[in-house]
Amino acid sequence: MAYLELDRVAKQFGAQTVVDDFSLSVGKGEFISFLGPSGCGKTTTLQMIAGFLDPTRGAIRLEGKDLTAIHPAKRGLGIVFQSYALFPHMTAAENVAFGLEMRGVPRSERAERVRAALAMVGLAGYEERHPRRMSGGQQQRVALARALVIKPSVLLLDEPLSNLDAKLREEMQIELRQIQRTIGTTTILVTHDQNEAMSLSDRIVVMSQGKIEQIGTPQETYEKPASAFVSQFLGKTNDFAGTIDRTVSPTLLVAGSWRAPAPAGLGGPVTVSIRPERIGFGDTGLSAKIITRIFQGNHWLFQCDSECGPAIVIRQNDGQAQPAEGDAVRLTWRPEDMSVRARADA
Amino acid sequence: MSAAAEERGARAPWALTAPALMLFVGVLLIPLAMTVMLSFHDWGQYKGIEPVFILKNWHEIASDPYYAEMFWRTFRIAILTTLLTALLGAPEAYILNRMSGRWKSFFLLVILGPLLISVVARTLGWALLFGGNNGLVNKLLMSVGAIRSPIPFMFTETGMVVALAHVMMPFMVLSVWAALQRLDPQIENAAMSLGAGPMTIIRRIIMPQIMPGVLSGAIIVFSLSASAFATPAIIGGRRLKVAATLAYDEFLNTLNWPLGAAVATLLLVALVLIVVGSNALIERRYAEVFR
Repeated sequence: MAYLELDRVAKQFGAQTVVDDFSLSVGKGEFISFLGPSGCGKTTTLQMIAGFLDPTRGAIRLEGKDLTAIHPAKRGLGIVFQSYALFPHMTAAENVAFGLEMRGVPRSERAERVRAALAMVGLAGYEERHPRRMSGGQQQRVALARALVIKPSVLLLDEPLSNLDAKLREEMQIELRQIQRTIGTTTILVTHDQNEAMSLSDRIVVMSQGKIEQIGTPQETYEKPASAFVSQFLGKTNDFAGTIDRTVSPTLLVAGSWRAPAPAGLGGPVTVSIRPERIGFGDTGLSAKIITRIFQGNHWLFQCDSECGPAIVIRQNDGQAQPAEGDAVRLTWRPEDMSVRARADA
Repeated sequence: MSAAAEERGARAPWALTAPALMLFVGVLLIPLAMTVMLSFHDWGQYKGIEPVFILKNWHEIASDPYYAEMFWRTFRIAILTTLLTALLGAPEAYILNRMSGRWKSFFLLVILGPLLISVVARTLGWALLFGGNNGLVNKLLMSVGAIRSPIPFMFTETGMVVALAHVMMPFMVLSVWAALQRLDPQIENAAMSLGAGPMTIIRRIIMPQIMPGVLSGAIIVFSLSASAFATPAIIGGRRLKVAATLAYDEFLNTLNWPLGAAVATLLLVALVLIVVGSNALIERRYAEVFR
């Protein structure tokens, strides 16, 4: 049975629908990411779970109980805010202890749990520091400890890593994942960073304009994007215009001078989506010219001008000789690596 | 860089600030020094001011309980005014801060509006409402039989505190408002998610963070109230004098300038000491919030 369930949740501000028809069931201990560009409704959805906003329609249930009927202060959820929202007039230990104090945990137990929580996020010895005397990363850890120390039923993370620099962010991602695995708290992360969503979550909810585009594991959403939006938003992708020719037998999928047996079910104009790292250089296929070649250490990035428009190719730096800028090449890929959708505009 | 250029570079800031500095010295420091000097001069009914150095005026202030009473009243009124503005102004600023856009700007204007009207006009308004038998409010309440005699307002300390609090309120609201702007917009949600109720949030989270704003507002209100002249002059008149009206009377009615100068100097020194002292205390106490 679902642990946390959102059932056709919608939120309207005046005439504007910010979240629409949002249904999701989260299993206990699962790590879910809401991924989407800013303004897609992901934070609004999180705030409805937290109780800072009331849904216009739909139901939110936790272990079968209606969560919307419970006051936000009584929901027992742990929340880490983008700005951390630490209490600046309290020390790190007092910040972490606040939630326990509100729950009437006795002083001695409180001190013990605060120490353990700060140690868990790697801040042992920082108990008496004030937040404004800590770095961004340290404040982030205090915020995490403060949310986790109350043993929340669900941990809600609102873009918690977006204020950190790239290196620190990567470290915190790994740490966050380890902590979540260890204590097994059901977690929902709101992010606009696809790498963060992919490296942390069990499942990703891709959102756009208030609607769910796709729910799936990181691999599923990356390999089998359900819509053009998902394939564009998760990683780089090449979209080529093609046609399926049903007049010949066997039927053919044609994109420029690249051709393959057509997949079943579709006909006429289609869009062929293919990830840049799945394209290789061959003797047959889409003819293209290399415009720029960028060396990025472990891989090469090629920007090409193909007969079906611009294309990006990524090749592993495996020691093989690579084509140079200005070379004419043929782009080829295995049919199982592409996804084909009916083209709407034709 | 050559030595000459370096010297020119060092002199430039002085040269640039010289006009402002001269204005400052000319209209503030020199008159102030003259007032202090004046307080040591002698004065007699028939001989006028004699430029000698004596401690007569200071001795009189120190020994005559009349002056002590006057200064106590001045500071008592200033403290009560400060408390009243803090008690009303801090919640006012908090409520104002929670209002949505259009109402917020409207009510901010309502609060700041009185600053555009002269203090004299505002205080006379109180006199019109509560001035003896002819005060509008008194008349109304007496005609409906709610009270028998007019509410004592004019020539009372209560009246002075109420009128001063009205005049000073914008300074407190603005000061607390500025502190509220520094608050993390999610801080109340954070406290709520940890299980805190509305009163706990205000007491444990909001209050400690806006306290520096309340205190700096209190310093402004206190020093302005203690040195206020127009309001005490209208409400208190001759019957209920404070330090500022006393100094005024010594200068313009008794014509005992040296004694008036001594009163003014003492008020200034006392205020400077109180303000600087409490400011240092506040900054030490709230170092973490100020950072």
